[in-house]
Amino acid sequence: MKSSKIGYLIKEGFKSIGTHGFMSFASVTIIIACLVIMGSFTLIAVNIDSMLDSLEAENQVVAYVEETFSEEEARALQPEIEYISNVRLCRFVPREEAMEEFASQFENQALFQDVDASVLRDRYIIYLNDISLMEQTQEELYNIIGVANVDAHLGVAEGFVAVRNVVSAVSLILVVVLVVVSVFIMANTVKLATLSRREEIAIMKMVGASNWFIRFPFIVEGLVLGLLGAIIAFLLEWSVYDVVTNRIIAGVIGRLVSVIPFSQLSPIVLPVYLGVGLAVGVFGSTIAIRNYLQV
Amino acid sequence: MVLFDNVSMTYPGGDMRAIDEMSFAIDDGEFVFLVGPSGSGKTSIIKLITGEVRADSGELNVNGFDLRRIRRGKLPALRRTIGVIFQDFRLIEDMTVYDNVAFAMHVVGASNREIRRRVPYVLDLVGLSGREKRFPREVSGGEQQRVAVARAIVNSPQLLIADEPTGNLDPARSLELMLLMDRINDNEMGTTVLVVTHEKELVNSFSKRVVAIEDGRVISDGMDGYYSYEIQ
Repeated sequence: MKSSKIGYLIKEGFKSIGTHGFMSFASVTIIIACLVIMGSFTLIAVNIDSMLDSLEAENQVVAYVEETFSEEEARALQPEIEYISNVRLCRFVPREEAMEEFASQFENQALFQDVDASVLRDRYIIYLNDISLMEQTQEELYNIIGVANVDAHLGVAEGFVAVRNVVSAVSLILVVVLVVVSVFIMANTVKLATLSRREEIAIMKMVGASNWFIRFPFIVEGLVLGLLGAIIAFLLEWSVYDVVTNRIIAGVIGRLVSVIPFSQLSPIVLPVYLGVGLAVGVFGSTIAIRNYLQV
Repeated sequence: MVLFDNVSMTYPGGDMRAIDEMSFAIDDGEFVFLVGPSGSGKTSIIKLITGEVRADSGELNVNGFDLRRIRRGKLPALRRTIGVIFQDFRLIEDMTVYDNVAFAMHVVGASNREIRRRVPYVLDLVGLSGREKRFPREVSGGEQQRVAVARAIVNSPQLLIADEPTGNLDPARSLELMLLMDRINDNEMGTTVLVVTHEKELVNSFSKRVVAIEDGRVISDGMDGYYSYEIQ
């Protein structure tokens, strides 16, 4: 295709946005609405996931070392424990420190002054990468010679896994439903927009325009409207997110949960919005005029 | 040239043939009136010639394109050899008179320089100089039809088809338009002209070939320039 022809078609695409002002406005509005709704749900899901991550990270497993092992021998187990793939971090706690920690839980600590620390075992506080594999990790810890007992809160881990699964499933279903609804609304809007231009397309075909000649300005139009919608949706999402998270942080819930700042999410959100806006704009236009090109 | 050889065509879902074993030929440079009552198959003939619908049987050849075997991708090339004028003008309302004509040249990949040279010439030829910047709604019906003529001839087509071109015009404008078509046919390019019309008076005022059809068949084909066929 000659560059002058491409220039003409691009110009026609831009001109068409102006001449079909209302439909352009409707298309951009729908792209914004769909992106903001989908984006908000996804961001809520991402935040819940991050909260679960931090709560999971607090969940620890305690591995007790045989009493017969000296502190030196007990410390020597660390590389073996760290070798287990699901172990993110492990910290050795000698029995003296364990006693101090134990005593610190009680108001009258003097009661424990005469208790010998040897009643307790040396231990490892272990943090996992994936708490859904806690039971398997527990077994691996048991297999280490020198580990007498492993204290793992399997019930809590299962609870976390269940909550995460529910959150993931609900967000996935919501996002899928919203994507389907958005595509449906978008396709209908574009269809409505192209319906008014059916005659124009028929005239173009009659004078010998190729399908690409007809399609190109529509694609330019869809591309521009999609990008415009995506950028406005991104800015809107940013403002809404900031307002909501500021209120959460300032309120009581803010002390219990932490939210991810938008600046941390924007490097992912912006390209996704632009990509979705582009795809919806371009594919929407292409699909909508497809039927009119079969003449 | 246009060649219909035993062509039959039924619309999808239809139970009667719109075109029934029709045969006729139009040579290059001819001026032909196609007449017949409503539903006789006039529009179907135009649709067949422009490749909008396909024949079920027979041989159909237009400007060197075999329309029984033409690939869909080749249809734009066929249509670039044909200029079509409709009763309802079919202009793009959002485009000025100039742009309505120029876009037909953009379609065939003409350069901007060529378009700037050719469009004013054609608009002048159809008597529309000075109307370039107006939109279709801002000019009269006769002028809108002349814009349609300008668009149809701007790429110097081999064949010009006019489907009831005078249907929305008064007698004086109708005659003016037919004289313009006659001039287009007479020019050095020798554009073949096929005019589909009901206007008996108009047909009879020109000494041209008249092909009459009914029920999808040719019932008379005369060079006497007389609309001898009576519409029922």
